Amino acid sequence: MNILTRMVRGLVGLFVDDGTLALTLIVVLATVSALAHVGAIGKSLAMALLVAGSVGALLVNVIRAAKSSGLRTVVGARDRES
Amino acid sequence: MIGSIHAWSTIVSAFLASSVEAVEALTVVLAVGVVRGWRSALLGTLAAVGLLVALVAIFGRALGQIPVSVLQLVVGGLLLLFGMRWLRKAMLRSAGVIDLHDEAAIYNKEIHALSGGSEAARANSPKAWDLIAIATAFKAVTLEGVEVIVIVIALGAVQGLLIPASLGALAACLLVVVAGLALRGPLARVPENSLKFVVGILMSAFGLFWFGEGIGLQWPYADAAILGLMAILAIASWLGVRVASRAKAAGKRVGAHGATA
Repeated sequence: MNILTRMVRGLVGLFVDDGTLALTLIVVLATVSALAHVGAIGKSLAMALLVAGSVGALLVNVIRAAKSSGLRTVVGARDRES
Repeated sequence: MIGSIHAWSTIVSAFLASSVEAVEALTVVLAVGVVRGWRSALLGTLAAVGLLVALVAIFGRALGQIPVSVLQLVVGGLLLLFGMRWLRKAMLRSAGVIDLHDEAAIYNKEIHALSGGSEAARANSPKAWDLIAIATAFKAVTLEGVEVIVIVIALGAVQGLLIPASLGALAACLLVVVAGLALRGPLARVPENSLKFVVGILMSAFGLFWFGEGIGLQWPYADAAILGLMAILAIASWLGVRVASRAKAAGKRVGAHGATA
């Protein structure tokens, strides 16, 4: 069971590093797919949404991670001093 | 023309992505060989290669039974997740948010762990068959090898380019092994972050393209649209690294301001 769990975790780890980014990308893909399937949006708009949504999700995630890393550096240094 | 662009971009993507994985696996195998003996390291490696060949034989046949549109949808989605994962890490490393991947440090850490932390143990003559060494080499080659298989299947399966993708991966593995044997040390000079950057862009572009085709979208200029997607991703990543560097500095300023207030 332990080996199986580790194997599954390893396999999931190939695709998912940051859970929030993976979840956002899945939501983008599912939304565009559903909207295109029911014909609510045209194909050109679907392409634009697919590209902009995925790239936007990546950029927002990276910038947030960078911001919180900067904050953590200062808080960590302060904690070490006190 | 467009078909040849697709074939070459598949080979190059498979080559670059596989070379990163091969360097990681070889670093561990070299450390095992140096500390615990080459016979056990090679046995673990060969056992893992055998398992990987069996996996390819099983999944290679199964892939032929799946309709192309389903394959495009699933593989495109997985490839996008895979590519964005690499791209995110490469961007954060370039922006100085996380540390660069250091093969030399990993090699030394592995050697330290396998020798029990003592230099005396390193000097001991290696055992003929060493279960820990076999298991360590097996685990490293299997894990990285599975990643190579996923890359080859993802890049090659959808448009019947499994052979070019496999050739790209095989060439990368052979090149890394030859370079590793020649150097007899970690391949620390391989610019891993730059490679991850390029591969992340290539894979994300393929992922977007195939997922779009899977849901019935027809990209302008057909397969050549992949080049456009690569350009969009490259520009966005470059901008992202610049903004992330500034965001990190801004976060530091906010934290320092909070400390003094």
